Amino acid sequence: MGSSIFTNYEEIAAVLLFVIGLMNLLMQPNLVKKIIGLDIMDCAIYLFLAAKGYIQGRMAPIYVDGILSADHYINPVPAGLVLTGIVVSVSVSALMMALTICLYREYHTLNLDEIMMLLHKQEREEELRLLSEGAGEGDT
Amino acid sequence: MSRRNPKYPGSFWEHFTQWRRGEYDPSQGKMEIKAPGKKPERGSWLPSALSQEMRDDYELGMKRRIGAFQRVYRVMALLLALTLTVLLLVTVSFLPAFGDVNAPENNEVARRYIEKGLEETGAVNIVAGMILDYRAFDTFGESCVLFIASCCVLILLKVDRDEDPHSQALEDMNDRHYEPNRDTVLQMAARLLVPVIIIFGIYVVLNGHLSPGGGFSGGAIIGSGLILYLTAFGFERTGRFMTEKLIKSLTLCALGFYCIAKSYSFYTGANHLDSFITPGVPGEILSAGLIVYLNICVGIVVACTMYSFYTLFRKGGY
Amino acid sequence: MTFVQNFPFFSIILSMFCAIVSSVLSGKAAKWLHLAMVTTVLFLSLGVLQYTLVTGESYTYMMGHYPAPWGNEIRIGPLEAIMAAAFALLMLLSVLGGLDHIEREVLGSKQNLFYILMDLLMSSLLALIYTNDLFTAYVFIEICTIAACGLIMAKKVGRVYVSAVRYMIMSLVGSGLFLIGLSLLYSITGHLLMSPAKEALENILPQSRYTVPMTVILLLLTIGLGIKSGLYPFHTWIPDAYGYTTPAASAVLSSLVSKGYIFLLIKLMVRVLPYGSLAGQHMTNVLFVFGIIGMIMGSVDAIRENNIRRMTSFSSVAQIGYIYMGLGLGTTAGMAAALFHVISHGAMKALLFVSISGLCETSGGRMDRLGLKGAGFRHKIAGLGFTVGSLSMIGMPLLTGFVSKYMFASAATTAEPVKMIAAWIALAISTTLNAVYFMRTVLVLYTWVPQEQREAKDYRPSGTEDAATLGLALMNLGLGIASPPVIAVLSKGLEIFG
Repeated sequence: MGSSIFTNYEEIAAVLLFVIGLMNLLMQPNLVKKIIGLDIMDCAIYLFLAAKGYIQGRMAPIYVDGILSADHYINPVPAGLVLTGIVVSVSVSALMMALTICLYREYHTLNLDEIMMLLHKQEREEELRLLSEGAGEGDT
Repeated sequence: MSRRNPKYPGSFWEHFTQWRRGEYDPSQGKMEIKAPGKKPERGSWLPSALSQEMRDDYELGMKRRIGAFQRVYRVMALLLALTLTVLLLVTVSFLPAFGDVNAPENNEVARRYIEKGLEETGAVNIVAGMILDYRAFDTFGESCVLFIASCCVLILLKVDRDEDPHSQALEDMNDRHYEPNRDTVLQMAARLLVPVIIIFGIYVVLNGHLSPGGGFSGGAIIGSGLILYLTAFGFERTGRFMTEKLIKSLTLCALGFYCIAKSYSFYTGANHLDSFITPGVPGEILSAGLIVYLNICVGIVVACTMYSFYTLFRKGGY
Repeated sequence: MTFVQNFPFFSIILSMFCAIVSSVLSGKAAKWLHLAMVTTVLFLSLGVLQYTLVTGESYTYMMGHYPAPWGNEIRIGPLEAIMAAAFALLMLLSVLGGLDHIEREVLGSKQNLFYILMDLLMSSLLALIYTNDLFTAYVFIEICTIAACGLIMAKKVGRVYVSAVRYMIMSLVGSGLFLIGLSLLYSITGHLLMSPAKEALENILPQSRYTVPMTVILLLLTIGLGIKSGLYPFHTWIPDAYGYTTPAASAVLSSLVSKGYIFLLIKLMVRVLPYGSLAGQHMTNVLFVFGIIGMIMGSVDAIRENNIRRMTSFSSVAQIGYIYMGLGLGTTAGMAAALFHVISHGAMKALLFVSISGLCETSGGRMDRLGLKGAGFRHKIAGLGFTVGSLSMIGMPLLTGFVSKYMFASAATTAEPVKMIAAWIALAISTTLNAVYFMRTVLVLYTWVPQEQREAKDYRPSGTEDAATLGLALMNLGLGIASPPVIAVLSKGLEIFG
């Protein structure tokens, strides 16, 4: 363990939130909850980036009173990355939402496990049907 | 012994308590709500060629298999989560301290963005100058992400009446059955708020290079204003001006201008040619070279995309 | 700066611009625009390739007015150029091969959207190939993911939504891991561009303080990209994603999309990671183990599969395993072999997917082995294409698969003895398994069937599909016979890649 564990509370919170979001995205059977997990995960990364950009005792990166010195403003790069990242995560969430709507219309459930089970069953029945058909053809 | 107020039954507080418990619905019988006609049947699409026994056997087997699998899966996932947490925590503990001036990322890159930013880009908002001038290729990619996501949503949800007239989706999607009609409170609020919201959005877009904000945040504000208007007044009113054609052509113009303008600036930059784009006088609305125009483009794209996401989610069309 | 040096930038911007314009075009116009765009990109890339081979060095191209650590930039060398050319050629042939299916399977009013996805996919692949900036790479990874998801569900029939959702979930996990790895890397180096980041890493890695973070960062970046490209334990989305969509999309997804991520990973290994660092060695070992497992398990899964398209998808898992095994050898020869296999697997998989669509079509849409009986007689060209692809997969001399296997085997000798023996054994097992399931399928295709079953029933012959099948088969043959110049360009490019 390094020494920064007692100063980097923001980063620790971000990392914990990241794992929570990731696990929700992976483990929740419910599609809407999966999307919520995805958003938590993305926000955790933005929190991490924002925390990295902060410098003790400095201002937001917008010029005030014509001061151009770099000693007055925090780092603008992470803010830019967060901005770009937010747009990406909005687009991805919208796409996932649309997919969820389509899945619900098709299978009338939001539970991905249930859908997978239905598909398994359907597939097996299809296989059996094809097999029996093939046997029938062989006889004639 | 009852301390009950004789006026209590039927009073506002009783309704409130009941509503809190979930026993009472204030909108019941007072609003125009049409219930959906039919309930979709579950699993009716399964082929019935197989005998019931076979299916039951199979289901039982599947359940057992899935049960065992899920237990293993859960344990594995827990282990994975713990490992990941520990790994990331250890990593964080080695990183520079929070708010440290000497952290590696506060290097010459950030220094130049701040010290030369005003001179080179003309933007008072350093972040706007950075994302729309220094690192503009990323930002163009970002607008393309939004564009491609809206294309995917169109593929998924757009209903084509000509090609697919019997689509069940059509019936499902017509969720205006569910929504209250002529809600006076909502309409009044929308009448008051929508102009303010949209003007504020335009302000945020136009001042993106001078103050916090920019194309994306402003566009999102405008989009939410449009959505509020749509919720209050319904599709007939918004359909008059937000047509598919308008949205498409606005997006095309904005993205096309963005693409061409940035190509020009990349081309001149890489070939060390003179560019006619100048930073202008810092602090004015029409300054900062291309940034203000690019912000307008991004604002238009975002507003249109947000609005079309909403309409596509609700009824699969504009 | 000569005019040719602008070509990579032109090809990226051109594909994006075509996508934007296609949003108001009809499906047909969008199709022609896409084909013209890909052809142009192909020629532009060939021009760049020729230029970089003549000058013999790579150059950087500023995206904007600001030089390296401040602005975005792309970097072009022979390796990037040949990859771009190969990707454009494969894209062109795959789309041509599935053209008729696209027209039939994608709703008419949505065909232009399909081509927008294809255009943006091309631009994101090009950007992933050329970029020298980590964050640009992240943005274009997302474009690539969303485009791929769109291609998966473009058919809108059957279980495509489930496939798309599963693909999206795994991909999003991958992007999340990649993005947090990227943020951590930024917080210890302070740079987003690859070359300055490498300099910073060379300065700080000798301090023991950064050994653990660097290992974790590499792990996150590698697993993130590994999930997206279908590395073995994270491959569960592959058969669904490739197995149910329209054939052009399957071909593009399996032969190009996963390769874009692999190319980015190679770039990270060479351009960001200082040579011989401890963390880098851990990473190659992990990749080697995963690659070996993937090579064998992918083939085992393919043997158990009855559906021919899903079988071919599982074989992709095995082939991705080959590539990671090559990277895991940790030597330049291994990397060159992996790069050759990126192109060669693209050619083989595109050929297989395109010809499978023809075979299934003449068999009444059946995709199981029984239904495909005698399909080789019904559709001669597709049968030929499938046979060539299978032989190439198995490693028949004169075909491209043989060259990659030979390169992997000889590259293994440059690694440590343990890795060498493990790689050889895995190659032998995997080749045998490949032979089992591909030859079994080829035999089914040419099983004797009565004359009336040799006539295709409701089959619409399609010239473009046949031409694309033949073109891809020729590409397999050409890469197999004329491999030395390609390998020379690859190793030359790899030398000046870092």
